[in-house]
Amino acid sequence: MHAESEIRLPLILGNKSYRQITDDIIAPIEGKAARGWYLLLTLCGLSFLWGIGCLAYTIGVGIGAWGSNNGVDWAWDITNFVWWIGIGHAGTLISAVLLLFRQKWRMAINRSAEAMTIFAVLCAAIFVLLHTGRPWLDYMLFPLPNQFGSLWPNFNSPLLWDVFAVSTYASVSVVFWYIGLVPDFGMIRDRVIKPWQKKFYGMLSMGWGGGARHWSRFEEVSLVLAGLSTPLVFSVHSIVSFDFATSIVPGWHTTIFPPYFVSGAVFSGFAMVLTLMLVVRKIYKLEAYLTIKHIEYMNIVIIVTGSIVGVAYLTELFIAWYSGVEWEQYAFLNRATGPLAWSYWTMMTCNVFSPQLFWVKKWRTSITFTFIISIVINIGMWFERFVIIVPTLCRTYLPSTWTTYTPSFIDIGIFVGTIGMFGTLFLLFSRYFPVIAQAELKTILKSSGEQQKKDAAHHAHH
Amino acid sequence: MGSAVAKTKYIIHGVFNDEVPLLEACKKLRASGIRIKDVFSPMPIHGIDGIIGLPRTRIAICSFIYGITGTCLATLMMWYMMVHDWPNDVGGKPNWNYYMAVPAFIPITFEATVFCAAHGMALTYFLRCWLVPGAKAKNPDPRTTDDKFLILLELVDEQAKKAEEILKANGAEEVNHKGSYVVPPAYTLEESH
Repeated sequence: MHAESEIRLPLILGNKSYRQITDDIIAPIEGKAARGWYLLLTLCGLSFLWGIGCLAYTIGVGIGAWGSNNGVDWAWDITNFVWWIGIGHAGTLISAVLLLFRQKWRMAINRSAEAMTIFAVLCAAIFVLLHTGRPWLDYMLFPLPNQFGSLWPNFNSPLLWDVFAVSTYASVSVVFWYIGLVPDFGMIRDRVIKPWQKKFYGMLSMGWGGGARHWSRFEEVSLVLAGLSTPLVFSVHSIVSFDFATSIVPGWHTTIFPPYFVSGAVFSGFAMVLTLMLVVRKIYKLEAYLTIKHIEYMNIVIIVTGSIVGVAYLTELFIAWYSGVEWEQYAFLNRATGPLAWSYWTMMTCNVFSPQLFWVKKWRTSITFTFIISIVINIGMWFERFVIIVPTLCRTYLPSTWTTYTPSFIDIGIFVGTIGMFGTLFLLFSRYFPVIAQAELKTILKSSGEQQKKDAAHHAHH
Repeated sequence: MGSAVAKTKYIIHGVFNDEVPLLEACKKLRASGIRIKDVFSPMPIHGIDGIIGLPRTRIAICSFIYGITGTCLATLMMWYMMVHDWPNDVGGKPNWNYYMAVPAFIPITFEATVFCAAHGMALTYFLRCWLVPGAKAKNPDPRTTDDKFLILLELVDEQAKKAEEILKANGAEEVNHKGSYVVPPAYTLEESH
């Protein structure tokens, strides 16, 4: 038996057995949903419906329904796209990078974080598919032979790289998530009594048995998928940043964008994981599995990535000044002091100042404080993308093209709709799917369970 | 050497509460020359492969081959579309030769590699383990996905008795006899090592 240092805090509180882990994880599936769940589902469902209405309106009349204009041709659509896809990155980081680094605390959150990734990428997809203006022609993004002669999509364009990167990312994330879910579905299949549940989870578990050969392949597949997903997650947001960085727009044409975008993505993603997990923890009473220590670990990742983001903001300013390029200097001056300066300072406060508060141990171990800051960061990271896109496009090279921007009712509606969709999907997931990877969790019970650690320490002292 | 007579094999389930005694029992069984058919557990058991004599899975090698295939396919596709079929000069960046435009092709080449490696391996995994929608549950006892650990043995009579003793002596909670089947002579040749 692999023993762990006594100094390390336990990751599973109380005196749990394998059976109790099963019972606790299956409880939301076997039991009745809490009232809070129905309340949240109604709220999210309504926002989702509103969003569908706005989407239908946009498809009907065209993207003239949006606030975007001739100068500001990218606005809420791409802001929301980058925001959602960035949020998705934490899921892959938790399940892949933390697996490679053998961070056991990931096991309490990886399942939900991966679900979050998939739902966030779906929300992001809505915006990219729609911003083309004629979504029914989106198949032309793929290299299909067509009737216009052998005209192929432009493989030199980062926008096309994005199509490949995001679709690879979405599909690989789904597969990674599902492979992990299969053993847990097997457990549910063997436990539930209602016939429809037996059938439903039996179908999802695809006959999982948990034989030694299957576990050995399972572990190998998880490891290799983690190894593949790690560079994948870095590539996706790098490529998203290329959408901007390879252009010649002042304020976008910078080499710092890929690392800056990737760390920003992880930063916002961890904030979203915290927002969701603190709610899930409360509704499903998972305090024994999602301990204060887990929250602290996540807050530490937030300090690190938040600081990288802060350094990137300052580097951008320095390089703009140091480059001596007038356009570049003006782009940043405009962001910080122009008509949309309030969005710049919102971003600075939320992303650079607020995560630094987590240096105080008392605050980073406080649930209420963490919840508030996680929402502040979500807002701040939305403004980061807004600041990069909108104020920059309002004032480009030609002052005669300068313009301003206000989102339309439809813009706001679609955004609220995606939040509703995200919430709806996540609530359904948390009710019908195992929210914690229980099979994986059972592997750390002996080394990281509270009672088990105490027993081991007791033995060691005699 | 196998004999040319039919043999009766008895199916035995050794059920354990914990993986530690199970591993001990597996070692003992193997030491007495008893072949372990399979072990079912709610979670992966560290180090069991070596103990029950499983060869290392080759699924990662498959993944590598799928990945290389993806690299080649993406390269071929972009060479054909951008260089061979309709070379364009977009924004002063010509595509007259593959090497001229190769930096722009790297992102998609990478994505295609990951796409093929990941999906190819996942598909191989599902098919190799026969995890397909509608497949029958493979665990012989439904408690093994919850908190029980099970050693599955299929043994001839004299070995079955010995195995039962070893299982009981090493902390098996239950030893269940699940019937028997007759092995036709042709198969005993393979099974007799």
